[in-house]
Amino acid sequence: MSPTRTGEPRDPHDDGRARMRAVVGSDRIEEEIFGRVFDGKVVRRIWAFVHPYRRRVWIAVAAVLVFTVSQLTIPLLIRYAIDHGMAPDAPPGLLAGIVALFGVAIAVNYAASLTQERVTGWMAENVLFDIRRKMFAHLQHVSLSFMDKTEVGRLMSRLQGDVNSMQEFLETSVQSVGDIALLVGIVGVMLWLDWQLAAMVLMVLPVLLGVRVLWLAKARAAFMAAHEANSVANGALAEAIHGVRAVQAMGRAHLNAELYGQLVGRTYQAHLRASRLAQIMIPIVDTLTGIAMAVVVVGGGLMVVSGRIEVGVMVAFLFYIQRFFDPIRSLTMQYSVMQRAMASGHRLTEVLDVEVDVTDAPDAVPLGPEDDGSVEFRGVTFGYDPEHPVLKDVSFHVKSGERVALVGPTGSGKSSSISLIHRFYDVQAGAVRVGGHDVRDVTQESLGRHIAMVLQEPYLFTGTVMENIRYSSHWASDDDVVEAAKAVGAHEFVQAMPLGYETMLEERGSNLSLGQRQLLSFARALVADAKILVLDEATANIDSYTEMQIQKALQRLLEGRTGLVIAHRLATIRNADRIVVLQQGHKIEEGDHETLMAQKGLYAKLYDLNYASFDDLPEDLSEADRAIAT
Amino acid sequence: MTRPDHASAPETAPDAAPDNAPDDRMFRRTAAVDTQKGLGAIARITRMCFRYPRRAGIAFAATVAAVVMQLAIPVILGDAVDRTQAMAGADPDVGALVVIALTLLGASVLRGLFTLAQNYAAESVGHALAQDLRNAIYDKVQRLPFSFHDRTHSGDLITVGMLDLEGVRMYFSTALVRTLLLTLLIGIGAWLLLSTDVVLGLLALSFVPFAAWRSSVMQLTLRRTWLILQEKLGVLSQKMEENLAGIRVVRAFAAQDHEMAKFDRSSKDALELSHRRIDVRVRNTSAMTFAFFAAMGLVLLFGGRQVASGEITVGTLATFLTFMTILQMPVRQLGLMVNAYARASTCGARLFQLLDMPVEIDDAPGAQDLKITDGTLRLDNVGFAYHGAGEQRAISGISFEATRGETIGIIGPPGAGKTTLMHLIPRFYDATEGAITIDGQDIRDVTLSSVRQAVAIVQQDSFLFTTTIENNIAYAAPFSEDRRIRGSADSAQLHDYVLGLPHQYRTVVGERGVSLSGGQRQRLSIARTLMMEPAVLIFDDSTAAIDAGTETRIRAALKDYARDRVTLIVAHRLASLMHADRILFLENGRIVERGTHEELLALGGRYKALYDLQMHPEADVLDQTEDAR
Repeated sequence: MSPTRTGEPRDPHDDGRARMRAVVGSDRIEEEIFGRVFDGKVVRRIWAFVHPYRRRVWIAVAAVLVFTVSQLTIPLLIRYAIDHGMAPDAPPGLLAGIVALFGVAIAVNYAASLTQERVTGWMAENVLFDIRRKMFAHLQHVSLSFMDKTEVGRLMSRLQGDVNSMQEFLETSVQSVGDIALLVGIVGVMLWLDWQLAAMVLMVLPVLLGVRVLWLAKARAAFMAAHEANSVANGALAEAIHGVRAVQAMGRAHLNAELYGQLVGRTYQAHLRASRLAQIMIPIVDTLTGIAMAVVVVGGGLMVVSGRIEVGVMVAFLFYIQRFFDPIRSLTMQYSVMQRAMASGHRLTEVLDVEVDVTDAPDAVPLGPEDDGSVEFRGVTFGYDPEHPVLKDVSFHVKSGERVALVGPTGSGKSSSISLIHRFYDVQAGAVRVGGHDVRDVTQESLGRHIAMVLQEPYLFTGTVMENIRYSSHWASDDDVVEAAKAVGAHEFVQAMPLGYETMLEERGSNLSLGQRQLLSFARALVADAKILVLDEATANIDSYTEMQIQKALQRLLEGRTGLVIAHRLATIRNADRIVVLQQGHKIEEGDHETLMAQKGLYAKLYDLNYASFDDLPEDLSEADRAIAT
Repeated sequence: MTRPDHASAPETAPDAAPDNAPDDRMFRRTAAVDTQKGLGAIARITRMCFRYPRRAGIAFAATVAAVVMQLAIPVILGDAVDRTQAMAGADPDVGALVVIALTLLGASVLRGLFTLAQNYAAESVGHALAQDLRNAIYDKVQRLPFSFHDRTHSGDLITVGMLDLEGVRMYFSTALVRTLLLTLLIGIGAWLLLSTDVVLGLLALSFVPFAAWRSSVMQLTLRRTWLILQEKLGVLSQKMEENLAGIRVVRAFAAQDHEMAKFDRSSKDALELSHRRIDVRVRNTSAMTFAFFAAMGLVLLFGGRQVASGEITVGTLATFLTFMTILQMPVRQLGLMVNAYARASTCGARLFQLLDMPVEIDDAPGAQDLKITDGTLRLDNVGFAYHGAGEQRAISGISFEATRGETIGIIGPPGAGKTTLMHLIPRFYDATEGAITIDGQDIRDVTLSSVRQAVAIVQQDSFLFTTTIENNIAYAAPFSEDRRIRGSADSAQLHDYVLGLPHQYRTVVGERGVSLSGGQRQRLSIARTLMMEPAVLIFDDSTAAIDAGTETRIRAALKDYARDRVTLIVAHRLASLMHADRILFLENGRIVERGTHEELLALGGRYKALYDLQMHPEADVLDQTEDAR
């Protein structure tokens, strides 16, 4: 992550002191690409995914073996045709017979290759999709603290890149069975035809193998470098596109183009180097092939002359020689594929092994409509790390239909409290009760229906407005959705969109303003029609007009339900029936506005300071005030 | 003996942008490219390849030489077999055998070397071309105006620069050189076979038309379905990504089942298509192999009879068979070649569409640099309509003047045109009516770079670059000294925060670095704009996430700074701009009220209403709620 790259342009006004601080693109920290060639644990895990398709695997392996045998038979038949079928004294019909056999061989070859490739291809694709599905499903349930500390991009590369390299591995695995069989077969047939000639020819094999292995290490480094250079250049282009407005506003286009030119120059060099290394193998293989053929011509020629072998054998040898480099090439490539697959497999296993720490109890009951909308914290202690609790022995009770505002400075435990109500995490001591039940005794699904939640950052999905408001409330009709939108005051702007409720929201609603997105997420919660509404109020300043609309919508949303709001806005707080003040994980004050003001505690202090937001403590708070607040 | 070709998927990088957008989107991957444009693109790429005449020449010459060697080998082999057979039973002529063997070895080595030269030269032409194009694309993208970027998906643009570039890069080696190679191989091979024996030659070549046809159909089908598959996979990854990024929403609504159902729908779709693609590939490659072997069987049968009857020698037959094996691969590759042309034409058409895009906002011919004298900004009856909005103007009839040291506040409801107006001053867009002048010079008549230097803007959504904090602050002035960078950071009330970071000013921020809060981003964005020393400084709603206290301190720190320039502040928090020398209230793209804070309050209009709303929000909301009930 060095801030400077080599080869900076010189500043024409360089005074010798100032350094240039310009870069385009950035270095990427690539993950380990190659792992051990074989990792038993990983292979076992992957096998579990292949297991449902094991019959197909055997079919594929059988087909690949049949295919290989047919591949080997074909030159042999040619040899028989030449040596016997074409001899002047050959019985009539022998040649036709051999050619008929040849026909059978190629038909078998056709069927086997069709079967093998199709079965392998389908199987590998299926396994790929299965692994991805399993992983994705797993991520739906793993602990949120894992999700919080893991970048989405990282998980995506598990779900895409790593899964793909497993697929590549599976597909090529079956082929390598074929490659090995072919190699063994060729060597075997050659030895069987004439072991002395075969021994002479096969001497090139270890040389080829050795060269190939040496080459592989070097070439791989060069290929990786080229790949890396490529992605850096592409990253720089992406940056220029995403940041074009900043680039133009600050007049950096010219300098950036110069820097990019250097970057691309390096990419070019890296590619050329990789290309040189890739091509260097060609003359080597050709030379070795040439040597092997020369050996056959001289050695085999002498044997033919001395009558030791027939000329057909010599022709067959020449055929085989041109073929045995192919399996060696694919086998060495398979080696890399395997290493890559092991590294990927290891990472996949890690994700699949992430613990799911919140599960339904075996005797969990569903929360139903008969359960009320009360929420109770009974001596709750909780910490993401049990050593450092963020909530300490907190108790409060929200009656069904009541509105309670949670306030307190950053780090007071407000957000953790609402996560516990929804059982995103389990408490370490005490209990959270919803509708009179401990949340650990009810099913998560029913808990989700009992509570509607509005997060601080409105989050929309790519899809139509209709789909976004309805989200998972399948029971809601289109009219319900429109009603909800009307209730929160979103109907007007939705109507004004090109296709109304059927308008696509692109890139998570980037075509909407923050306030509009907020209103849509309110409508979504309203459609869910839960008994309890939990809301984390947005902190960002929005313009006063939208702000007013949101406040109105909020009132509408809270009507007739239990409301628990992490409040930042004075209006919201003053509208609450009760206010719970948290500080560093403790509940320090509780009561309505007047009571708390009369207490002259933290709440009164913050209220008097008249800050728009209660949790973003201003930096110019006096030392004394700060001491109270934190 | 052949291995089925696996090199059938021509493109390996995933398509970036998933889309559900309307079909008129520019640079869409699956959009058809008309033939005329496609052919034009091919011609243009071909011309571009010959910018490297030496390398291109070497590639072509080496191709010819490699083909000659390639074809010489079976001839030598046939000769070897014949001579050996002739010697059978007699005294072996070791010398003759050694000569043949050495010739064979020499031909093999030369074939390898020429192939190396051919491939390397061809690839190097491609890479050189890619280098040129990359620079051209980058330059173009950076210079195309906001209006272009507004209506183009960034993902599509990135794809042009990655995948389309790749398609064009591969053109020389996979299309042009391969055309020469295949023409020579197949042409000479066919001629040799036919001139030796017409009937046997025709039999040997009988698989060629079939294989060429299947291979072309297969490659074109694979390419077409590849693009569709990428689109489907794009949708799938988008679904997964949104799910993971919004996992809290998913959990909050207990919507896991809903999400899995969405996933399965997309996933099944993609899986079915990839199964179909496998079938296309497998059926065609197997059929090609079969056709080839069938032809070989015929040659064996009829050739064998001729050998038996002494019409031809065993060596000739061996030559025939070897030629067939040599021809087999190139014939199968005809499809790749056809595909390379198809790919280059569509990729090239899109690429050139981008490169030929006119840069609408550029220097007027003979434009001079802007000369700042008094530093007076003047807007004269300025109006603007967005591209495609027809007559509907976002702003109209805007006139005001500001002199050095003055601060103008701009306020108004969302959608009033505040940001639009601010974007006209640095010439991000050109006003469609009226004129903007700085010291009497119309900003359209002077050089663009001098305007951008004179007008600095802190944008609403500030893009941070994935690099260190100091590089970000010094973005507009990369040669600045540390002292200035720290000074700017200090004015923007960022310095203390930066000192608390692990690597202080060397801490990497942005996408893959430390993530900053909204307020910190805005302060960083202010700091980097302060580095520019402009004549006009614009804050476009850029303090919304900064708390009131910090904002006050930033304003105090900028007091001296503001004395040397015009400052325009767009905000919705009145406290941010009530100190301004003049406040403009914008509504529906027009100035409806103007004056100082006091004047506007006295006026008792919209500004006053907004002021009341902001001072006593709760009262208002309570009233509203009462109404609602």
